[in-house]
Amino acid sequence: MNTTQQRSGLVTTALLAPAGVFFFFLLILPLIVIIVYSFGERAPAGGYSPAFTFDNYLNLPARGKAILNTLTLAPLATLLTAVAAYPIAYFLAVKVDPRWRLALLVLVMAPFWTSQLLRYYAWILILGSKGIPSWLALIGIPDLRIINTPYAVLIGAVYGFLPLMVPPIYVSLEKLDKRLLEASADLGATPWRSFMQVTLPMSLPGVATGSMLVFILLMGDYILPQFLGGGKVFFIGNALVDLFLQSRNWPFGAALSLSLCAIMFVAIFLYMRFVLRQSNLRQEAVV
Amino acid sequence: MNFSPAIAPAGAAHEDTPDVEFRGVSKLYGDVRAVDGVDMALKRGAFVSLLGPSGCGKTTCLRMMAGFEQPTTGQVLIRGADMTHVPAYRRPVNMVFQHYALFPHLNVEANVSYGLRQRSPAPPASEVKKAVAEALAMVRLGGYERRRTWELSGGQQQRVALARALINRPAVLLLDEPLAALDRKLRREMQIELQNLQRNIGITFLLVTHDQEEALSMSDQVCIMRDGKIVQAGSPRELYDEPVDRYVADFVGRSNFFAGRAGSGANGTIPVTLANGFATQGRSPTTAAVPRAGETIVLSIRPEQMVMAGRAADLPGDVTSRLEVVLRNRIFLGEHIEYLVEHATLGEFLVLIPRQADQGDRFATGDTVSVGWRPKAALVLRSTAAQA
Repeated sequence: MNTTQQRSGLVTTALLAPAGVFFFFLLILPLIVIIVYSFGERAPAGGYSPAFTFDNYLNLPARGKAILNTLTLAPLATLLTAVAAYPIAYFLAVKVDPRWRLALLVLVMAPFWTSQLLRYYAWILILGSKGIPSWLALIGIPDLRIINTPYAVLIGAVYGFLPLMVPPIYVSLEKLDKRLLEASADLGATPWRSFMQVTLPMSLPGVATGSMLVFILLMGDYILPQFLGGGKVFFIGNALVDLFLQSRNWPFGAALSLSLCAIMFVAIFLYMRFVLRQSNLRQEAVV
Repeated sequence: MNFSPAIAPAGAAHEDTPDVEFRGVSKLYGDVRAVDGVDMALKRGAFVSLLGPSGCGKTTCLRMMAGFEQPTTGQVLIRGADMTHVPAYRRPVNMVFQHYALFPHLNVEANVSYGLRQRSPAPPASEVKKAVAEALAMVRLGGYERRRTWELSGGQQQRVALARALINRPAVLLLDEPLAALDRKLRREMQIELQNLQRNIGITFLLVTHDQEEALSMSDQVCIMRDGKIVQAGSPRELYDEPVDRYVADFVGRSNFFAGRAGSGANGTIPVTLANGFATQGRSPTTAAVPRAGETIVLSIRPEQMVMAGRAADLPGDVTSRLEVVLRNRIFLGEHIEYLVEHATLGEFLVLIPRQADQGDRFATGDTVSVGWRPKAALVLRSTAAQA
């Protein structure tokens, strides 16, 4: 090996070292600890005591409610967010005067300028008994409860994650070749059919990216259910907080969090496969 | 080759009705007149070209036929029906786009069948499949149904675009510079193929191009456009032999131009005095206004109509106009040799000599030779409209 190669090897090592150390101590090592803990037993006073048992995994149904909530509300909220974001992204990418585009995109992101906690507090007031329900009571819909129900969680999720969903869809619509729409019209497709057969399928990768982003964040979320679900609608995240901090059953918490990781891993895998296939389809679009 | 798609053509009108007709069509973008009062009628089954430099309005005309643009004034008729305000998706015309615009998320079969699948009621799947197979066979891509469009070469994508348009049996097939993206050899092949295809299926083709060779070699009729207007329409031969002005003469093929003044002519021949006082004669145009005596004119002579000899005495007897020139450049073109010659007062011009008559390439750069032309070879055009 000559010195040039040695030097370039050294440089590579030096450049990768900070990230490597970071990931080792803050990701790999804790992950190993979690894996080991998940096969252990709760110490009598809480915490971890060494053992090798599958009881924690077999005991998962005890937190079935949290798992069920997460696995239904997170995908549902993702879907609703995508449905809400698509028209906004379409308007921004296709309809709006290009001069206003940037300003409007910034407005979409504007909610991020305020703390997420504060915004959820605001929603507690809006959805609480003195908020929207009291207004609805005036027009004859009494005793409607929204706060601390799954609906509140869904509303909060759509509100909170919309700004993350709009940009990827916007990008995929913005780069859509307008000549394809002319070709579609030329071949006899009405505007609606052109949308269904060309615009929508070609913007699906953007929808998938946005959905993945929102889905991952929702799956692990605990603040949103904590605030708008009020302890009645809880996610895996809330169960983990409870297991680690209240009941101090670390091994069970470890098993539950690994299960969450496994679910996410499968979801990301499916997503990657879909996007890679779609991006293959796109290579040709650049003529 | 016969091509009979399972689905009948949309609305058949009388044989004499033009497939597409423009009546006083103008298109303004702000203050810019992209298309300026165009009248044209495409005869059924013809291969017509719109030829002109970029920005002459030819593509705008095509887009108004397709329905992507609306004329500011005037009417667009398709098979006798007023289509001026009918949206693109209800017009019985189809287009081959410049970069094909194939749907990247669909395979070849889904691309080609796209038009049929938009119909209501939808034709049965078996018929669609059959029509796709026929359309692909027609463009010599049989068996390519399952291919992805990006796997295909440029020429193959071109064929898919053709099949996708023709399967609908349009009243007119619109082709927007369809060969521009192909390399030279492939372009030549596709030209021949397009021409054969058009003759076999009998659908009217309208080709937009800036390539004069392409337009001349493929079309029955060529419309030369300039500044949003049709300057001249006619068969390629008419345009070449009888251009209405200098612009057309220069755009269609090449020509040498000499400024001069017309004398009083008779029997189709006009005596002309060139700017340097040289007295010659030319024929009067049949498609443009005949220059009056005393009018400034331009004499247009095609390079291949020139005759060349070592001495003036060796020129054939009917070559009445003769000039002494110096050979400045000589380009070997295979079957022809192109000479750039310079006359003391008339300047440089081109002479194209076929090689068998050239008798052994005996002229060399720097030689003084005689060139000349017969009266019929020189066309006398009024220079007023020509110089614009």
